[in-house]
Amino acid sequence: MCTLEKRGDLFLLTLTGDDEHRFHPDTISSVLSLLEQAKSQSTRGSVLITTAHGKFFSNGFDLAWAQAAGSQTGAVNRMHQMVESFKPVIAALIDLPMPTIAALNGHAAASGLMFALSHDYVFMRNDRGVLYMSEVDLGLPLPDYFAAMFAAKIGTSIAKRELLLSGKKIKGEEAVALGIVDSAAHDSVEGVVEATVSLGESLAAKKWNGEVYASIRKSLYPGLCTMLSLTAKIAASP
Amino acid sequence: MCTLEKRGRLFLLKLTGDGEHRLNPTLLDNLRSAITQIRSDPSSSQSVLITTSDGKFFSNGYDLALAASDPPLRALMAAKLRSLVADLISLPMPTIAAVTGHASAAGFLLAMSHDYILMRRDRGFLYMSELDIELVLPAWFVAMIRMKVASPAARRDVALTAEKITADRGLEMGIVDSRHGSAAETVEAAVKLGEEIVRRGADGHVYGRMRETLLREVLHAIGSNESASNGVRNSGSKL
Repeated sequence: MCTLEKRGDLFLLTLTGDDEHRFHPDTISSVLSLLEQAKSQSTRGSVLITTAHGKFFSNGFDLAWAQAAGSQTGAVNRMHQMVESFKPVIAALIDLPMPTIAALNGHAAASGLMFALSHDYVFMRNDRGVLYMSEVDLGLPLPDYFAAMFAAKIGTSIAKRELLLSGKKIKGEEAVALGIVDSAAHDSVEGVVEATVSLGESLAAKKWNGEVYASIRKSLYPGLCTMLSLTAKIAASP
Repeated sequence: MCTLEKRGRLFLLKLTGDGEHRLNPTLLDNLRSAITQIRSDPSSSQSVLITTSDGKFFSNGYDLALAASDPPLRALMAAKLRSLVADLISLPMPTIAAVTGHASAAGFLLAMSHDYILMRRDRGFLYMSELDIELVLPAWFVAMIRMKVASPAARRDVALTAEKITADRGLEMGIVDSRHGSAAETVEAAVKLGEEIVRRGADGHVYGRMRETLLREVLHAIGSNESASNGVRNSGSKL
């Protein structure tokens, strides 16, 4: 399902297997637990890189599991359960005392894209993989903390519209042009991973204090932090 | 420490000497009285302020060595900078920072407190150094960054990568308005821009009010900081 590996200063979180890496209560719980593990083992210079195997980074919540509830009410409850239990995963990433990098091996849709955007740096492939906020096509409203993430991380009105209101499947080059990802320079998953590892190592070399890093990160996104019930612990700084 | 010169309708405020122009209480007081002087000049509402510096530094931030030797001074410098920035935001005239040297941390903040940043491209960088020296950013610094640095990725580069931003990068990031070959050319360009603005003839009082409205989140954050530290609110901005 997912693994956490340590390579020197770098924590590598991988969503394993060739499936869609849909977020289901079990995966959500596993990812959260691995993030907590990374946090507890973090030191100066720690960096997190998140990636996945196969064609998908993550295709969003497990809607099939929701439908399997057998009734409309049951499905709605299961959706609600996933949305609520996913919030701590996002909060954990925003609170993580180290730089975070998402290395997109493939498609990132809905909560899968939300997961990617929760990282400080996002790299994707040039040749494969799209970003897709499917909610408008599926007739699902955005949870409030999703909307807060997009407000925090997507800069222009045009980019917000393209991402949230157009139902577009956005490829690497366009994602860079819209300012949604930092890079789409590589034509292979190896290329993306290598680039993120390289960035990770240069960030690790700064030997930053993780608590200070997390505090500055949170202070950049006050609206999002309120939604995630995270307080930026700004101590006695003038 | 700093000098104030008038050239026609242009006020030239210069941080003098070859040092780092650290924002210690004395320099901050000098800067604030220069601003008060500018404000009380009869032609102020038809003028432009250009702030520049001698030497390798625009300003290298707060005097942290002083703060280390006398901790209450840290809060004092912060309070004085907040007042200075509030004054700059309400100043009834356009403001130009001609950045001819390094601007770090509070020094970078001071540059951003101006409407225009012109910068030399051959040397010097803008640098939000706090992460590298294990300091968090005060909320009002972040408010200024959010107002002056438009893209989320650029804000991250400023605050979380602690990038040393050259004029070329600053232009790309939308922080720097124009870049110039040398210190002298930067100041010359600032003077030229200032003269062009003066020619447009806008009313400084209206301009100042508009800027306050545009930057109200920064003023609000400065105000919140004041209440939090029980500081005395500088009311010099209420004209």
